[in-house]
Amino acid sequence: MEMYRSHVMICKGTGCNSAGSERIAQNFEAELKKHGLENEVVVERTGCFGLCALGPIVIIYPEASFYSQVKPEDVEEIVKEHLLKGRVVKRLLYAETVAEDKIKSINEVDFYKKQVRVALRNCGVINPENIDEYIAFDGYKAIEKVLTTMTPAEVIDVVKRSGLRGRGGGGFPTGLKWEFASKSVNDKKYVLCNADEGDPGAFMDRSVLEGDPHAIIEAMTIAAYAIGADQGYVYCRAEYPIAVKRLTIAINQAREYGLLGDNILGTGFKFDMEVRLGAGAFVCGEETALIASIEGERGMPRPRPPFPAVKGLFGKPTILNNVETYANIPQIFLNGPEWFASMGTEKSKGTKVFALGGKINNTGLVEIPMGTTMREVIFEIGGGIPNGKKYKAAQTGGPSGGCIPAEHLDVEIDYDNLIALGSMMGSGGLIVMDEDNCMVDIARYFLDFTVDESCGKCTPCREGTKRMLEILDKITEGKGEKGDIEMLETLAHTIKNASLCGLGQTAPNPVLSTLTYFRDEYEAHIKDKKCPAGVCQGLAKYFVIEEKCKGCGICAKQCPVSCISGKPKTPYVIDSAKCVKCGVCLEKCPFKAIVKQ
Amino acid sequence: MKSIKELEEIRKRTLDTINIRKERTGTRVVVGMATCGIAAGARPVLLTVMDEVKKNNLSDVAVTQTGCIGMCRLEPIVEVYRPNEEKVTYVKVTPSKALRIVNEHIMQGKVVDEYTIGSED
Repeated sequence: MEMYRSHVMICKGTGCNSAGSERIAQNFEAELKKHGLENEVVVERTGCFGLCALGPIVIIYPEASFYSQVKPEDVEEIVKEHLLKGRVVKRLLYAETVAEDKIKSINEVDFYKKQVRVALRNCGVINPENIDEYIAFDGYKAIEKVLTTMTPAEVIDVVKRSGLRGRGGGGFPTGLKWEFASKSVNDKKYVLCNADEGDPGAFMDRSVLEGDPHAIIEAMTIAAYAIGADQGYVYCRAEYPIAVKRLTIAINQAREYGLLGDNILGTGFKFDMEVRLGAGAFVCGEETALIASIEGERGMPRPRPPFPAVKGLFGKPTILNNVETYANIPQIFLNGPEWFASMGTEKSKGTKVFALGGKINNTGLVEIPMGTTMREVIFEIGGGIPNGKKYKAAQTGGPSGGCIPAEHLDVEIDYDNLIALGSMMGSGGLIVMDEDNCMVDIARYFLDFTVDESCGKCTPCREGTKRMLEILDKITEGKGEKGDIEMLETLAHTIKNASLCGLGQTAPNPVLSTLTYFRDEYEAHIKDKKCPAGVCQGLAKYFVIEEKCKGCGICAKQCPVSCISGKPKTPYVIDSAKCVKCGVCLEKCPFKAIVKQ
Repeated sequence: MKSIKELEEIRKRTLDTINIRKERTGTRVVVGMATCGIAAGARPVLLTVMDEVKKNNLSDVAVTQTGCIGMCRLEPIVEVYRPNEEKVTYVKVTPSKALRIVNEHIMQGKVVDEYTIGSED
């Protein structure tokens, strides 16, 4: 590799990529050439920096200038000013980094200050398509150490002592899982990686695969050594084309370097892996359904036991861990299990990545030590709620989780605390809702998702979730009746107790948790026929404010069902019985004389 | 197939080229590269510094540039920041002066007094 005085790191994660970062990269290359700087400055396409809301993001080293929302046409100025003349283009910097008299380093900015990047440590720092850069930042050093100085039992002991728990949501101790599989005696074993990230709003696994694919390869090789496997598969959604591409490149590079194959690093250890694409079924994130899908069967779960550690892929002992879980493994071996266990709470060690979404300023990916409070994540790192609105709740754990209301904002995030609140860690999606969100509608949305994604194998999930959705539809349409809430609760408990797999067992959680914290909203929908947040169209009523109405008649002309009547220059009237609540009149009124209640 | 030794070589070699992306503590060489600096010949100076740093494998030295320092008549200006030491400002630098600055000041810690701003005027 050549020595360059400056490195231009361009985010090519999915978010920035779809905002046009490839064109930005090409413009940089063209402009650098134009100014004869191509041998001094290098352009690298890298993984996610986390601050997706402000993408596309470009970081220029050694100054570590953090440019946000860069447009292709800005590139000329950055090259001419910053790279040629050394004058940072202040107007394009991330505003938080620009203080009155100086430019702050990115680590001093609120969004990054409280973060501890372990799983995401290489994201945005290395070019993920260049194995040498991964190696430079201590890559493949952990596998070196494991293969040359440790026995499989010692490897498992280290993972156990680190306290690492599964980051896919369940939170099962990773070391125990490995130990079970290592004790199963068989001629063939498998190591799988679950990259079928299906929760709406979660995208950390995608970012790790896009930004640091070699970490997953290294971790799976360590796992294979620990349990005595020689074949691995990464099960990744086909909807993640960039992740699949980078992982495939990484696997090929690792094979070329002999870091996968018959004789890894000359130690005689044998392991290889392949990528398997999922077709985007949520249920395939469940381990037995995922295994069935890799086998070529229909992606449906089966009862456990036997657990995959005993009888998994093709009937052989198998371990399956999530992408983020694996991303921690090499670090645990490099820095020691005590280092990892020193972060977090008593029962949840290390860090967790959260995907911030919904009504929050800094939409993006953050990694925090376990035990950080919700308030810190949402208001300090996440930058709070936009437009001065009030926080109502945050949904964690996606369709399997629940919501956390304002009174529990100071809870320390860990597996057990979230479960105690009726939510769960899940894969780490964190969707923030403000006063404009209707909690009944949110519950309805998630249930709609699980009804769609239920595989249909077991009755409680297939039929039960559908019945619950029908009741919620009824309530949001203003047709709710007495007894609906009780029926929802009965159904929810039956589904939780009787479903075959995690999908059904957790599907009622969004309803149960909104019922716990926002029961009054349900009651308002049913008894008062009102949606307090004004979201549910079926419950909305449109009125003309007489004093404001000029009698122009535009609303009457636009109304698709002709339910607005009146004479020119006198106030118009809406006939609520005929109104279909489309909202066109409110949108078209030039005098803001129509309101929704 | 790579051996562990080869892997270590790749690690060292690549780290030299990309460790400017990490939080750094080493020496920083800053070349004034505003219009005045460029007109006075800052580019060949910058290239010489980079070349010399590369040639000597000085992995903890960052070469960067800055805008107008305000003393346009003394350009090209090169500033050297070594950890825990006062900043040293060199003026009217040429490629051959730059060579001495790298070899004596940056590598051996001996300030090249006669090129500094203090010996001007």
